[in-house]
Amino acid sequence: MINNAQEFYNALPILIIGTGILISLLIEIYAEKRKIFQPWISIIIFIAAGSYALLSIEQKSTLFMNMLATGGNVNVFYFIFTFGAAVVTLLSINYLKKYGANYGEFYILVQLSVLGMMLMAGAKDLIVIFLGLELMSVSFYALAGINRKRLKSNEASLKYFLLGAFTTGFTVYGIALIYGTVGSTSIDLIAEKFIELSNNFLFITGLLLFFIGFSFKIAAFPFHMWVPDVYQGSSTTVAGLFSTGGKAAAFSAILITLGALFTAGGAHTFTPYLAVLAVLSMLYGSIVAIAQSDIKRMLAYSSIAHAGYLIIGLAAGNYQGIAGIIFYLAAYTFMNLGAFGIVSLIEGEEEANLDIKSYAGLAAKYPMLAALLSICMFALAGLPPLAGFFGKYYIFIAAIKADLTWLAIVGVFSSAISVYFYLRIVVLMYFKESEKDFVVAHNSTGLLAVIISVLLVIVFGVAPGTIINLISSFL
Amino acid sequence: MPMLTEFGKIFIFLLTAILFVVVAVVAAKLIRPSRPTREKLLTYECGENTEGTPWVKFNIRFYVVALIFLIFDVEVVLLIPWAMVYQSFGFSGYIVGVIFLLLLGLGMAYEWRKGDLEWERPKIVPPVLAEKMNLEKPDQLTPKEISI
Repeated sequence: MINNAQEFYNALPILIIGTGILISLLIEIYAEKRKIFQPWISIIIFIAAGSYALLSIEQKSTLFMNMLATGGNVNVFYFIFTFGAAVVTLLSINYLKKYGANYGEFYILVQLSVLGMMLMAGAKDLIVIFLGLELMSVSFYALAGINRKRLKSNEASLKYFLLGAFTTGFTVYGIALIYGTVGSTSIDLIAEKFIELSNNFLFITGLLLFFIGFSFKIAAFPFHMWVPDVYQGSSTTVAGLFSTGGKAAAFSAILITLGALFTAGGAHTFTPYLAVLAVLSMLYGSIVAIAQSDIKRMLAYSSIAHAGYLIIGLAAGNYQGIAGIIFYLAAYTFMNLGAFGIVSLIEGEEEANLDIKSYAGLAAKYPMLAALLSICMFALAGLPPLAGFFGKYYIFIAAIKADLTWLAIVGVFSSAISVYFYLRIVVLMYFKESEKDFVVAHNSTGLLAVIISVLLVIVFGVAPGTIINLISSFL
Repeated sequence: MPMLTEFGKIFIFLLTAILFVVVAVVAAKLIRPSRPTREKLLTYECGENTEGTPWVKFNIRFYVVALIFLIFDVEVVLLIPWAMVYQSFGFSGYIVGVIFLLLLGLGMAYEWRKGDLEWERPKIVPPVLAEKMNLEKPDQLTPKEISI
């Protein structure tokens, strides 16, 4: 319950999105003819919520009887989610018509999933994390199958739903065991009792099960099976949302719980487990991505590899690691959305032009698209002047400071492998002759979205110090 | 003897439950005479003769109805505790309850407007009619064509 005006202002980003959902729902049911405003309203809502979150970043507080936190890095996550979703919505306006799934519900579902993500990022209680997780996941299952007339879309949705529901079971078991041993679901209380319970088998099992549930959402190695199929089957813009917003939200939830445990002195309890997970995800993602001929599958495997780099930051178990993860997530969100955005622009009707051979000779025909995609690919590969490099740099530095130099070396090795398949696209675009003839339909909103995300990638790459200092100052 | 934890008690409860079932079934199996007939082996359907397999496709509408039911189910579950104590919540508690009801009402309005409360008649055409109309797929008929 909101007790005073200040609490109301601090909860405003969440309330704005909630109001936006209701407005969109009302438009959907009572103003069929005004449907074209639907995406624009949700974009305005996203930008309003994200800007407010950035403006009120200094006001740290807890709300609703210690259930939600606001301010600080929570607001950084709010910014990532809302602006990422705004870019996805902007990309989807024309894409959905091409894809044959121009339903107003799409925009409502995106807003609902963002609300879920925000609850996860701000949670101070395991139940709130679970609530946010489910709100996000259920919206994602529906979004994966948004084109219900296409068989692959249905397959993606069902696969995501069945595996997602299964791993949600892990999370719930984990929460149950933690609650059983600690006697509370409040994260502060769990952190307080961590040292006392760190030898309790049930408690540690509960924490691991909880983490496994989220490993599925972040697409880490043994729980990655759904990623390529779901990304391939669902619409490209939605796949962009899964790989960025979904991953960032799951990481935010992990950071909340683990971050609380760090302060309690349990930073290195899970390091061996996390290190194995990181190495397997990085190497598996990078090596299997080389063999892919479909660009969406390639990006899916690359997203597995990126989950691996991010887990290095968790394994390091220090505050540099957490700051590195948050920076990397911000950078990764926009470079990946840029890449998925270009793919959605080039994709023709009936999912044509998804083969990487379609990109041969693109630079001669569409120099603008080729240049933007190259920047995204360089950033994803982690080449120096762009955001991706600094993300990896901060995480590897954190690993070295935590005496995990070998893990950083494996990370560098794996990103060296990944350069091959990222740069292959660039080589195809600039140095090969075009093999098939196709016309990329003009799509100004989509192009705008891609340009915005590429600009953000460049800004993060030019001024990484200010951003990382801002993030570190809240830890 | 070490003390049992709360989980230990539940474990014993589970163990007893499993044992109870196993012992009852095995004992019955050992004691009873076994004279199976066809009638006895059929699935019990309240005394009626069985008709076909239960593995048939159900109309998707059943699921929609189940989902709609869920809304009202949740509404009742959450409103009862609120109704029990809402006098002590005061005005703000009342407002929270009203907001909750409005949200559910919006969900209800969405279903209503999208036509999920209508039970669409299945568009089945007898095979003979389909043949006469020279159509290969009778299930793809529009209602207008059926009325011929």
